[in-house]
Amino acid sequence: MKTSFVPGRATRWIIAVIVGAFVLIPLLATLEYTFRDRTGHSFAHWAAIADPAKASVYKPLWTGLTNSLILAAVTIVIVLVLVAPTMILVNLRFPKLRRVFEFVALLPITIPAIVLVVGLAPVYRVVGHLFGTGAWTLAFAYGILVLPFSTRAIQANIDAISLTTLTEAARSLGASWFGVIWRVLAPNLRGGLLAGSLISVAVVLGEYTLASLLARQNLQTALVIVNQSDAWVAVIFSLLALAFCFLLLLVIGRVGRVGSSRKEQA
Amino acid sequence: MTTEVRQAAAVALKGVVKDFGTTRVLHGLNLTIAPGEFVSLLGPSGCGKTTALRLIAGLEQLTDGVIELGGVDVSGTPTNKRDIGMVFQAYSLFPHLTALQNTLFGLQMRKTPAAEARQRAAEALELVGLADLGDRYPYSLSGGQQQRVALARALVTSPRVLLLDEPLSALDAQVRLQLRLQIRRIQQTLGITTVFVTHDQEEALAISDRVAVMNAGHIEQIGTPEELYLTPATPVVAAFVGMSSLVRAVIRGDQAWAWDIPLPVLGPPTTGDCEVFVRPEHVHVAGAGDPRFEAVVETSTFLGSMRRTLFRTDDDQLITMQHDVSETFTIGTRVALTIAPVPVAVRRVKTRCATVRASD
Repeated sequence: MKTSFVPGRATRWIIAVIVGAFVLIPLLATLEYTFRDRTGHSFAHWAAIADPAKASVYKPLWTGLTNSLILAAVTIVIVLVLVAPTMILVNLRFPKLRRVFEFVALLPITIPAIVLVVGLAPVYRVVGHLFGTGAWTLAFAYGILVLPFSTRAIQANIDAISLTTLTEAARSLGASWFGVIWRVLAPNLRGGLLAGSLISVAVVLGEYTLASLLARQNLQTALVIVNQSDAWVAVIFSLLALAFCFLLLLVIGRVGRVGSSRKEQA
Repeated sequence: MTTEVRQAAAVALKGVVKDFGTTRVLHGLNLTIAPGEFVSLLGPSGCGKTTALRLIAGLEQLTDGVIELGGVDVSGTPTNKRDIGMVFQAYSLFPHLTALQNTLFGLQMRKTPAAEARQRAAEALELVGLADLGDRYPYSLSGGQQQRVALARALVTSPRVLLLDEPLSALDAQVRLQLRLQIRRIQQTLGITTVFVTHDQEEALAISDRVAVMNAGHIEQIGTPEELYLTPATPVVAAFVGMSSLVRAVIRGDQAWAWDIPLPVLGPPTTGDCEVFVRPEHVHVAGAGDPRFEAVVETSTFLGSMRRTLFRTDDDQLITMQHDVSETFTIGTRVALTIAPVPVAVRRVKTRCATVRASD
């Protein structure tokens, strides 16, 4: 009796083609749309981005893009500096709190963004007093918003290594707590931290509701504004944002590898 | 070998108490280990031996009592400042570092100059016989090799005390035997104070200067392997160290009588019904004039250098005899046996508990 089904070579190709088409066709269609003009196809809409005459129309886009990139960076810092060490601490010292932590970390996914804003609005009045009303302060909210995703990625990695034994071994060899985290745990959690950061970037670049309702400008709110006057350029920027995410993935992957190979030579 | 040996430190546990929540796992442990001594903590699982070791390492916090390393109270000193070397039961090499980098770790934490560190790490790997495998990552090393790297990593900093938490129990029998001899040889070469936790009595007897037999959170007896084997202080030690048959006897005067065979008695004097621990090598086929008892051969096991035969006596007790391989017994044969007059450990027969629950 056959207990498992292993697809043949042809079947695998068919699956790959179908999935590939599913992902690529919308992207290619979007790309094709950006080249359309009244008569046929041209680079007119792409060229317009650099057109000084239209600079004022596209200005929100550049501001939104910059803000979103800053937000992504600050969110990554929150994930790496606050969330990851907290998870290590919970897993090492307070294993009984793991369930509680998981539950809390999942909450943002169950609470609609609109409800979240109702709670966040008064908080942000205080935040505004303390840190000003710069768009980057949204990262505090984003740090919470990305919790369900970033913690999943990091927890999977924590479960895959023997956290306690590695920590105790490092401690017995004379490592301080900072040394344990920096020299032993971080390198072994690199995959999880990387995945957690990347998914956070993806969430932040796609976030609209919080920014819109808290009256901050990011890429998505800017796209909505510009879309009303120039749909083409909004689409171009959406595509560019997507391409940027791919690029980021490659760059961070490369940086991680370089870091580890340098360590191997040391 | 130029791996420098610092003055080995004494280890002292004084009235050490440890609670986990409401459960007390160590009841006032007292243990003094001389500099350069190899002491094993031996006992069944749950007896507190690993907890005691982790307290010395500072990986658990004392509930009460004092732990001294080199005559200094370290109760408040965190693990990383205790200057210890530890090998764990689970494989604990850092997966992202090679064997050599793992060995370097402790030296880097102590800010040892790079050139000196490299030399000492290489020497430590040579000491455990892995000089050629420094470039290997842990995943490409066998279990035995990983534990040897872990040993090199623990020794390279010339710690004051080496703590071994069942480092051999994950390995297969042959590697275990080989590695325990290597550990003992290295320990004697370096003269490092060592505490070794194990549940394997053979292992403990084979490599220790002294063994502390632990049971239910306290030390039953501490002594040389010979002392524990020949003069067990308590029935628990007699049962746990070495092999014994438990035989019914009656105490009359200062001797235990089993089947009319008089046996000298260890420990405090008792009276009445008891059980005695008879070592298999003290059971012999009765010669002419020997006091004797009759038994039937149940099974006989060939063990290479010797043979062990299990007998069932006429009064339905089991007793094991260890004898020369040239001597063979057919299953079912009746044999007259005797016991050599060697002092035996005695256990009082537990009186049946007469309490009956009121509801029944």
